[in-house]
Amino acid sequence: MDKKLGVYICSGCGIGESLDMEKLSKVATMGYKVPVCKTHPYLCGEEGLGIINSDGEAEGVNTIVIAACSSRVNHDIFAFDTNKIMERVNLREQVIWSQAVSEVLPPNNEDTQMMAEDYLRMGIVKAQKTELLVPYKPEGEISRIILVVGGGISGMTAAIEAGKAGRQVVLVEKEQTLGGFAGRLYKQFPKQSLYQSLQLPPHEILLKEIESNPNIKVYTSAKIKKIAGGPGLFDVTLEQEGKPSQDEAVQFRVGAIVLAAGFVPYDAAKLSHLGFGSSPNVITSVQMEDLAKKGKITRPSDGKEATNVAFIQCAGSRDPNHLPYCSTFCCSTSLKQAIYVREQNQDAEAYIFYKDMRTMGQYEDFYIRAQEDEGIFLTKGEVVGVETIAGNNLAVTVENTLLGENIRVEADLVVLATGIVPATAIEFITGEEPQPTTEECKVEETTAPKEVIIRSDILNLDYRQGPELPQLRYGFPDSHFICFPYETRRTGIYAAGCVRHPMDMSASMDDAVGAALKAIQCIELTNQGKAVHPRVGDESYPEFFMQRCTQCKRCTDECPFGAINEDEKFNPLPSLTRCRRCGTCLGACPERIISFKNYSIDIVSSMMKAIEVPEEDEEKPRILAFMCENDAIPALDMAGVNRLQITPYLRVIPVRCLGSMNLVWISDALSKGIDGILLIGCKHGDDYQCHFVKGSELANYRLSKVKETLDRLRLESERVKLVQLSINEYDLLPGIFKEFMETMEKIGPNPFKGF
Amino acid sequence: MSKDILIIGGGISGITTAVEAAETGYNVTLIEKNPYLGGRVAQMNRYFPKLCPPYCGLEINIRRIKTNPRIKYFTLSSVEGIKGQEGNYEVTLRIQPRFVSQRCTACGECARVCPAERRDAFNLDLSSTKAIYLPHSLAVPYNYVIDEKACLKCGTCVDACKYGAIELEMQAETKNINVGSIVVATGWQPYDATRIDNLGFGKYKDVITNMMMERIAAPNGPTQGKILRPSDMSEPKKVAFVQCAGSRDENHLPYCSAVCCLASLKQITYLREAIPDSQAFMFYIDVRTPGKYEDFLTKVSGDEKVFLIKGKVAAVEEDTKTKELIVEAEDILAGKKIKVQVDMVVLACGMQPNNGLSMNINRDKNGFISLEQGNGIYAAGVAKKPQDVASSVQNATGTALKAIQSIVR
Repeated sequence: MDKKLGVYICSGCGIGESLDMEKLSKVATMGYKVPVCKTHPYLCGEEGLGIINSDGEAEGVNTIVIAACSSRVNHDIFAFDTNKIMERVNLREQVIWSQAVSEVLPPNNEDTQMMAEDYLRMGIVKAQKTELLVPYKPEGEISRIILVVGGGISGMTAAIEAGKAGRQVVLVEKEQTLGGFAGRLYKQFPKQSLYQSLQLPPHEILLKEIESNPNIKVYTSAKIKKIAGGPGLFDVTLEQEGKPSQDEAVQFRVGAIVLAAGFVPYDAAKLSHLGFGSSPNVITSVQMEDLAKKGKITRPSDGKEATNVAFIQCAGSRDPNHLPYCSTFCCSTSLKQAIYVREQNQDAEAYIFYKDMRTMGQYEDFYIRAQEDEGIFLTKGEVVGVETIAGNNLAVTVENTLLGENIRVEADLVVLATGIVPATAIEFITGEEPQPTTEECKVEETTAPKEVIIRSDILNLDYRQGPELPQLRYGFPDSHFICFPYETRRTGIYAAGCVRHPMDMSASMDDAVGAALKAIQCIELTNQGKAVHPRVGDESYPEFFMQRCTQCKRCTDECPFGAINEDEKFNPLPSLTRCRRCGTCLGACPERIISFKNYSIDIVSSMMKAIEVPEEDEEKPRILAFMCENDAIPALDMAGVNRLQITPYLRVIPVRCLGSMNLVWISDALSKGIDGILLIGCKHGDDYQCHFVKGSELANYRLSKVKETLDRLRLESERVKLVQLSINEYDLLPGIFKEFMETMEKIGPNPFKGF
Repeated sequence: MSKDILIIGGGISGITTAVEAAETGYNVTLIEKNPYLGGRVAQMNRYFPKLCPPYCGLEINIRRIKTNPRIKYFTLSSVEGIKGQEGNYEVTLRIQPRFVSQRCTACGECARVCPAERRDAFNLDLSSTKAIYLPHSLAVPYNYVIDEKACLKCGTCVDACKYGAIELEMQAETKNINVGSIVVATGWQPYDATRIDNLGFGKYKDVITNMMMERIAAPNGPTQGKILRPSDMSEPKKVAFVQCAGSRDENHLPYCSAVCCLASLKQITYLREAIPDSQAFMFYIDVRTPGKYEDFLTKVSGDEKVFLIKGKVAAVEEDTKTKELIVEAEDILAGKKIKVQVDMVVLACGMQPNNGLSMNINRDKNGFISLEQGNGIYAAGVAKKPQDVASSVQNATGTALKAIQSIVR
């Protein structure tokens, strides 16, 4: 497109009082020969907007630079047609408010003016270099079908709910029948007000719904052999029991996937300290369901009716030697099973030994119901031993009870309330690990720390980074589990139910509805060529200039979302519908071959070149901060809003994520005479806040390599520093900049100034 | 018939339902009674268990709202009336006057000149603002608002505003919209601690609630994030956290709010981080940290200056001579009554579902909308059941699909 630039500078909100507007305009008109440049005292008002719009019509301005407030505000007001390019320059929060002496004393000096002029230059250059976005259209045909993996309560619910919204669903279950764990249950604990009566498990009702819904196709006794492709284009190969022939393999394409593979109960064989294995009368809560379902709760040893039943909570849960976590529903399950015992025989007694009774929310009412039952004895305590005594009976010894003393209870049946292990946590060794070829070994060592992916034989993704979802801990998938619980690190694959987090059946069903929605949404967005979370709606995408690729594998290794496969010669093969547009690949590439139309090595380098670096004798140092636009930039805005004073020697370039920070920018900046460089991004580590999960961690990792560059330029390593910042830590920013400036003063100016 | 969705409540649940439905391709109207979106999470300092700031996720969600033309939102708004049935509801909205139009640039000149003050409910009345104020630093919309009760109608701000944004004569308006389904995400309010006689709230200044503790710890709160007790603004060295303050109690809220144990553990980290020589005493009935949150309990309880005591607090009283707070409780595991002298007490008050919607809704005995309504009206978040942010987001996402099903049927 032939660009015609229009620069519009707002003098409102104190900008006009703080800056020489005429001089600022000259940066555009003289410095960059911008054909249209106007100032207005109230640009976001009707008149101001009217000017911009009529210039578009009358003058053909199609590339607009708005120099006014932060792009985080007035987003809806400064919104123009998609056939126009628009760039915002933040003169308010980032310049005059952060330079104000106080709320009443605006800044008005040379340094503030230089800052504003630099930002205007950077904005103009960026607008000049940016190209119009064209949404990505893949070659193949996009499928709108949803694949649900797992036919338990969660999977069935996801299928039904997507079906009810008019979507086609394929449901795959490895067992012969649907129903999953619910199919083993005698009853479920109450899931609705008044939380008193036991209910039938929901699977039979769900099964009827599935059978009557023509949108749902079911494969039982089937597992997934391979999934290739990406959102909209997932090519699935099924393996069905009894149909081993290769050419009969079922193949189809789906648009998105719900992973509802469920859980397995924790292996009670590891609980010998609680008597499991030494007496047949020590059983698990799952075996207890089997007994209840058979019609009579009897002892395995002699078939005698069990009338004294002890329940041991947290059997292998909340225990660093077994499962460190809590499985959330075992307390309610044991209360339910105690009621089984009592309903079967009014004279029977049930003992429940717990660490903490966890009947969250309104399940409290169910707990109260159990407490009111005179045959159910509940006590906090630590079970220290279960021994077999005369007549195949068992003696349970409990310490630290509420009664203040150790107790010993005789029982004819002991039930261990075992926890859950997500199916994704169980490693299946399906043959030998592929050994690296000698050629592969010779390839330069890659940078990123390797991801641990458990080969659980569920999805079998044909992804370079591994066949299953990256896990966070204990086999549960990695995600921002508080704010965006469904967003796994494999685009278009949404986990639901106990495979995502331990939860009861009611929560699993809720969870499945959400996962179904996300799957539908992913297909819709993919079909429009738009990104999904967290840059939802983004139409930009990375383009690879393959002629210059050196097959170094950094992009394929570092992509946090596994979006890039590679061919046998290690050329990257990006699957763009998997891409989240974070730019980590752009940051990783040493050959600078990866670019977005509105974000590239060249665009950022050109912005840096637009900064005017004063000569050394002017004693005006310059520091540059690459700041993450997700959290650090909003924090900088808030510092401005709160009129926190920030050094006038700072220049800021927003980056999509610190992961998109390419080391070449650092050497470019230093060779230009910038004195020091800060990288400010989200916190990394176990409780990472990086929106793209790995970005800030990777930036940190890459930075360990920057020393080479600095050594080559004979510069001090203190000139480059990474800082982790939360969005609400805006109050720390002035200090961070001040401290860095002091370091720069100590080590002196960059010797490359003026070159 | 209408293909649009109305979402009542602009907290994290309502926002989630709105953006998830809109991004799937449906038009939504989101209404919020406060002058800003964000609800309770905007008041939180950090989330458990990651100890990350809620603004981080909120910032993304707000960008999703602002950039999506399918979402219309109205603050200071409520439902005045509803007619119709699933697929075709006529809803009358009432929009209270903001007295500041969208011409506002949030430059702040008005607040600088305003002579009147109001207690800041956002900070649980722990501080004040001018009568014309910006609700908080991340407020959406990013416009000032006038508190009608506090405003003197002096017109000083009108003269100070260069943009003609202040309209003291602004009137409430009504607006009719047609929607196919409705999501109730009206959230919660903290249980009124003054109703718990034995725990000293309202009687002793240094007995505060967990929501007040969030504001005290927040960098944009009344003490700029310094942990100071209200009576003398000194650093409390010994703080008691009283769990189930008015929860799991037939005289107050019979249910468990599902978040307070984790919230107190989180607040213990605020204290321990800010005041290294401080001690925290948490009195509980059961510590309820379900699922992976167990790791957080392990982490916090591993701190040797954190004491977890199983026992319900019987009373919080002030020593008449020394004015020190004394917490009386039964230490169940030690089998004795104990008294602990502390500098501040934080009551872990539960969540009560917000009521007062002018529409017919089938609620359970505790006021939650836990039952299927069967008429294209759905509940999400704490309006449905007591739950934390992660679970609220989870079921608010699913509720978007339910609401969509009602209109594609």
